[in-house]
Amino acid sequence: MDTRTETVDTDVLVIGAGGAGMRAAIAAAGAGARVLVVCKSLLGKAHTVMAEGGMAAALANVAHQDSWEAHFADTMKGGKLLNSWRMALIHAKEAPERVLELERWGAVFDRTASGLVHQRPFGAHTYPRLAHIGDRTGLELIRSLQDRLVHTDAVDVHMEVTVASLLTRDHRVVGALAYRRADGGLVVYTARCVLLATGGAGRIYRITSNSWECTGDGVALAYEAGAELQDCEMVQFHPTGMVWPPGVRGILVTEGVRGEGGVLRNKDGERFMERYDHERMELSARDVVSRAIDAEVTAGRGTPHGGAYLDISHRRADDIRRTLPSMYEQFRTLAGVDITREPMEVAPTIHYFMGGVRVDPETGATSVPGLFAAGEVAGGLHGANRLGGNSLSDLLVFGRRAGEAAAAFALGHPRPGAVDRAQVEREAELLLGPLARPAGESPYRLQAELQDTCTRYAPIIRDEPGLREGLDRVLELREHAARCGTGGPTGRAFNPGWHTAHDLRSMLVSAEALFRCALERKESRGAHARRDYPRADPALGRVNLVVQRTEGGMSLRSVEAEPLPAELTEVISQSFARYTPEEIT
Amino acid sequence: MGVTTVRVSVFRGDGTGGEMVAYPVPVREGMVVLDAVLWIQANMAPDLAVRWNCKAAKCGSCSAEIDGFPRLMCKSPVSDYGAALGVRPLRTFPVIRDLVTDVSWNYEVNRRIPPFTPSDADAEDPEPWRMRQEDVARVIEFRKCIECFLCQDVCHVLREHDRKDAFSGPRMMIRAASLEMHPRDVLDRRPLLKGEAGIGMCNVTKCCTEVCPEHIHITDNAIIPLKERVADRYFDPLRWAARRLRGS
Repeated sequence: MDTRTETVDTDVLVIGAGGAGMRAAIAAAGAGARVLVVCKSLLGKAHTVMAEGGMAAALANVAHQDSWEAHFADTMKGGKLLNSWRMALIHAKEAPERVLELERWGAVFDRTASGLVHQRPFGAHTYPRLAHIGDRTGLELIRSLQDRLVHTDAVDVHMEVTVASLLTRDHRVVGALAYRRADGGLVVYTARCVLLATGGAGRIYRITSNSWECTGDGVALAYEAGAELQDCEMVQFHPTGMVWPPGVRGILVTEGVRGEGGVLRNKDGERFMERYDHERMELSARDVVSRAIDAEVTAGRGTPHGGAYLDISHRRADDIRRTLPSMYEQFRTLAGVDITREPMEVAPTIHYFMGGVRVDPETGATSVPGLFAAGEVAGGLHGANRLGGNSLSDLLVFGRRAGEAAAAFALGHPRPGAVDRAQVEREAELLLGPLARPAGESPYRLQAELQDTCTRYAPIIRDEPGLREGLDRVLELREHAARCGTGGPTGRAFNPGWHTAHDLRSMLVSAEALFRCALERKESRGAHARRDYPRADPALGRVNLVVQRTEGGMSLRSVEAEPLPAELTEVISQSFARYTPEEIT
Repeated sequence: MGVTTVRVSVFRGDGTGGEMVAYPVPVREGMVVLDAVLWIQANMAPDLAVRWNCKAAKCGSCSAEIDGFPRLMCKSPVSDYGAALGVRPLRTFPVIRDLVTDVSWNYEVNRRIPPFTPSDADAEDPEPWRMRQEDVARVIEFRKCIECFLCQDVCHVLREHDRKDAFSGPRMMIRAASLEMHPRDVLDRRPLLKGEAGIGMCNVTKCCTEVCPEHIHITDNAIIPLKERVADRYFDPLRWAARRLRGS
């Protein structure tokens, strides 16, 4: 086995080039560090480009009553108070500044009549709050950051590089072992610290809005390095994914459709949200709308392909094409549906992981020195349920903070000693293992089995027997995955079978954590709904489940969250927003 | 509709050569060409190299030539092609492996376009910027670009004549237009456009516009107006005379 490596040195190694990674890299460079960004795909292709509706920030351009207090309260109530209040506070206060900063870097947003950044209404936000450009806000964010990034001198970017393991020395993260897809060459990155911005793990499910990259890499890297994870049971189903035809199942239909006035109906034509959240209707929180659609389908009132109708055709065709251009195009080309005339068929699709690496709210520092995390890979901000639009602002607010903190750490700590060659050898052999077993079990088949397992046993409504079965299967799949081979040729250059074998390792960590935490949380709260525990348990209201790697495997413990200060409790109680209905029906 | 079998031929090889290999693929309703390629990968050829990310026509990763036409594989229903179809990598860029090409040249030329630059007064203005929707609307079309590089692939200056040394290609014209026509940008990129970006090389055959999956009117709305701006600066006889008098 050829485990030769080349070595590249930097101050701050950023893993991932979506919104959080790029914003962090820009911030770290601005604070005086040399920065290297490695990304799994080409630059500009990260999952952030798929974000549609907008980024939430209390700019108060459309509703003058809006304020950080209202945004904070909405975020906390939407997350069922499981959020880190410190993160929610920082987010609500800093998001407007980050949006305006992005505009100064060249981002273009739709405007109000008075020329300010326009804001559209979105689910469970009390006021119209989402800065947007049509329905492709993520692309705008990515392009603006990308342009800034490639013109920042202290930043270098290595595209199509997959990180296999973090390297540690004296309990500090000091670099990473990675491989270059183009030629399969192994690279040791030595760094003063590492920042994870790798996104979520949506691909552990079969039906997901997530892109190829979302295999939970950062969660697995952090876990293997000994960092704590939290809230791994909190997985968001977006209420509206495409349903038909089968080839497109799961592709996102932006919440912006409902923000622009789209209504949900069951097969009998009934606007069923009336029965689930009569006040906010279609613009209720995502967990509520997802469960409502699921309940309608279960009760036999679903559409022919097992979903609900989402109808925007009462709006003028020109307006629909202007405000929702990519939805119009997506349904026209992929489903043969003209959304200006006909309803769309939609059903819940896996969308977002609220949980992730446990971080310090101010800095994104994880529990392992020298390791930072920002964006979807980090947990805390969104609690038990994320509000639409809070993700893009999360990337900017905490990407910047983590980038600055990582630079300060890098410049304030002595350069770590040489990497541990024995560790590099060990990790390299683990990475290259599947190439030595070409006839082993197929990574594609194991990946499909894992996706089926999560889809079947950790659905919208969960229960103990299902979760137990799911966990058993995940542990069994882990045994198989340890034996899997590339399934054929053993060339290293752009060998997707080999790559999938590696992805599988990451995906299994997220899946195991999901099942273990979901079993442990014996209540229904936010995205975590249990048939056998249909109510919220007040005793668990401020309890985070924390996962960590131990000698004996994955350990789990309950951690009481820091109490809310009185003035913030007051902010929440003063807000007009209601809690979403908690109990499942 | 049940399952039918379609013969999907895919280029297998690398920069030194290769061949088309045919695979029988069971096709379900609504399946796109990318699904077929991924099915082959999962079931018949585990090392078949292909780039893809979002499978929703938003990232521009899965560009290829399907029966000779540059397209996004995720946006091309298999049912459009009958009983057989062939998928090749983009011809304008060097093949790395199978359907994956080396598109790094695009990133290099993109980096040579100076970034968004507001005036000093705007940059320091503490108040939020006000812009009219009509004014931002001009650049919104260009900012839809997902960098799939299909326009670069089909542009005959790059494809047939391989003049990457002289012309940056339609994508970069779109990029320049999105900056030049931004209401708050004050930089003049015309010297670059006329010089190393080589806008004069484009002879307006509009092939790029035809293949754009985002339906951007690349030639009409970006390249021609940019050519006019360049002509205004360099070939307007009054301005030419004024420049001579000023000695600039």
